[in-house]
Amino acid sequence: MQLLTGVITPSLTAVLKIAREHLDAMIVHAREDHPDEACGVIVGPEGSDVPTRLVRMINAERSPTFFRFEPEEQFGLYKQMSTTGEEIVVVYHSHTATEAYPSRTDISLASEPQAHYVIVSTAESGASDGPVSVRSFRIVDGAVTEEEIHVPE
Amino acid sequence: MSVEVRIPTILRTYTGGQKAVQGDGATLQEVFDDIDARNPGLKDRIVEAEALRRFVNVYVNDEDVRFSGGLDAPTADGDVVVVLPAVAGG
Repeated sequence: MQLLTGVITPSLTAVLKIAREHLDAMIVHAREDHPDEACGVIVGPEGSDVPTRLVRMINAERSPTFFRFEPEEQFGLYKQMSTTGEEIVVVYHSHTATEAYPSRTDISLASEPQAHYVIVSTAESGASDGPVSVRSFRIVDGAVTEEEIHVPE
Repeated sequence: MSVEVRIPTILRTYTGGQKAVQGDGATLQEVFDDIDARNPGLKDRIVEAEALRRFVNVYVNDEDVRFSGGLDAPTADGDVVVVLPAVAGG
């Protein structure tokens, strides 16, 4: 019997490894924009599955129930990543009135199959220092798979 | 005459994994028709009911085609078309 462990590529392991500063920065952003949804990315070297650089994005919808990256800003990010050899490793956004689980809209519009989709829920805390929930998912072809978040200390 | 069309990760299943494909045409519509002939199904993911899909952004030489004619935007030899699905959700 063949042992399969060795052939699983890093991008398929069901865990997001993320630095504490990035985790904290997503939460800070979500609180700042509450009650509207905040959104952004953490990019990293192409194929590495390592998130290294967090970029806040403008939510063009400025809405408590919807987000969309501002198109020009997203295109600017695309051009920058083409030059630096980076790709989107994490797409994050907040839910401000519901749990940190992908909505039907999140699932139908998910278009970065290589990315970890992180959702921060400020439903309980609002903009203040109360408890927030942070969860990470893969969303590929309409299928949602939750994964662990691992923060190396 | 050839236009380079950059394909986003999610649509590379239609291009055999290629990041970019070449197409011919004097308008964006013609270029998409041309690349769809060799990559069947690709155009349907970008175009719906004779218009660009709402959550797909398309650029010709850095210009958002929503402001330059949409599918009628002119294309010329050496142009670069970028297809970029909007990052969006609820």
